[in-house]
Amino acid sequence: MAKAVVRIGLVALGLVWGAFVAQTALADEVKRYVVEGSPAAERESCVEPTETMRRMHMEFIKHQRVSTVHEGIRGTKYSLTGCVDCHISYDENRNPRPIDQPDQFCGACHNYAAVDLNCFDCHASVPNRPGADAEAAHRAAGVVGRVASTPSQGGR
Amino acid sequence: MNENATRIASTSDETPASTVDAGRRGFIGTAAGLSAAALVAPGVFLHSVSADPRTEPVTDSVRWGLLIDTAKCADGCSACVDACNRENGLDLQEPHGSESKWEHQKAVWIRKVKLQDNQTGRITNLPMMCQHCEHPPCVDVCPTGASFKRADGIVMVDRHLCIGCRYCMMACPYKARSFIHQPTTGQLTAVPRGKGCVESCNLCVHRRDNGEESTACVDACAQEGHGAIVFGDLKDPDSTISQRLREIPSRQIREDLVLNTGVRYAGV
Repeated sequence: MAKAVVRIGLVALGLVWGAFVAQTALADEVKRYVVEGSPAAERESCVEPTETMRRMHMEFIKHQRVSTVHEGIRGTKYSLTGCVDCHISYDENRNPRPIDQPDQFCGACHNYAAVDLNCFDCHASVPNRPGADAEAAHRAAGVVGRVASTPSQGGR
Repeated sequence: MNENATRIASTSDETPASTVDAGRRGFIGTAAGLSAAALVAPGVFLHSVSADPRTEPVTDSVRWGLLIDTAKCADGCSACVDACNRENGLDLQEPHGSESKWEHQKAVWIRKVKLQDNQTGRITNLPMMCQHCEHPPCVDVCPTGASFKRADGIVMVDRHLCIGCRYCMMACPYKARSFIHQPTTGQLTAVPRGKGCVESCNLCVHRRDNGEESTACVDACAQEGHGAIVFGDLKDPDSTISQRLREIPSRQIREDLVLNTGVRYAGV
């Protein structure tokens, strides 16, 4: 009886531990997609719950582009620049890698879903805005090296 | 006695009156100071707020414009053009095709123009860019609504709608627009740019929306010590540009077209 209790206890412990490890691994996997210390890394999810973002992100920025271009509204919740700021990653030389490349945050999913990604035909695919929100985050993450902080250096 | 009483009464009246006066003066002084602060403070406050990205739609309470004093525009100086190229990522364009073709095809937002009067030999230098017309021909001809005038008077292209037909380039009397012929990479965050769209000077619209005070060309010209370009609100009678326009004679280029341009020139 006592043996059985110990066995059950061990199994339960093992299960809990296993679940914890799986959670951590999953979290690590997800964390890989946001810049350490960026606004996104602090949050539970992106500007909307993850499920909503996955299905609706194109709708959010599609409608917002009209108000930005025609009405000059820039301080919005949804922002393509925001996507790039938080989800960019860097190569070993600390150069930002264009986010639409097939192994990057935007590019990987679009590649998998076979959906053309045209945003970055015109829009910047690496952060190069002076005083970008994520600049401090990039610095904290030790990747400030080649993140252009002035337009004259940017994107060359 | 009666007289005396009256006098006493009047003196006794006077004494408190003068003390009240002193108090009043102090009060009025403070009130004036406070109301002056109250008048100035919202301006200061608004200014500090406007440094943040814009959250309200632009309105037609302002009309942005430029005044270019050609007498101050120096021959051989290209500070405004260079600054514009840097600010708007035009210097990031890579040459494609033959050299001679590229010189004609690369996007240019400001051109330095040199005019010579053949009779007198007088030479005039001026920067020529989108004139931000009140009645823009490029907007009239655009089949998709991509070429549009913002409420604050800035004429620009919505690249999401532009199909690259280039009617607007044909319609523009100022040769102000450029077409992007090649695929581009490494664009600036503030200035998207892509193959198949038309673009032109937008009075540094990202600076407008972020509450900055001037444009790249104006800053560069001032830094060179010429100060030939003034940027400001044509609708505000107290703005520097409106005051200058009142003081010195200025013209719109091709006034005969009655487009009411937002860019004015002095000394042409």
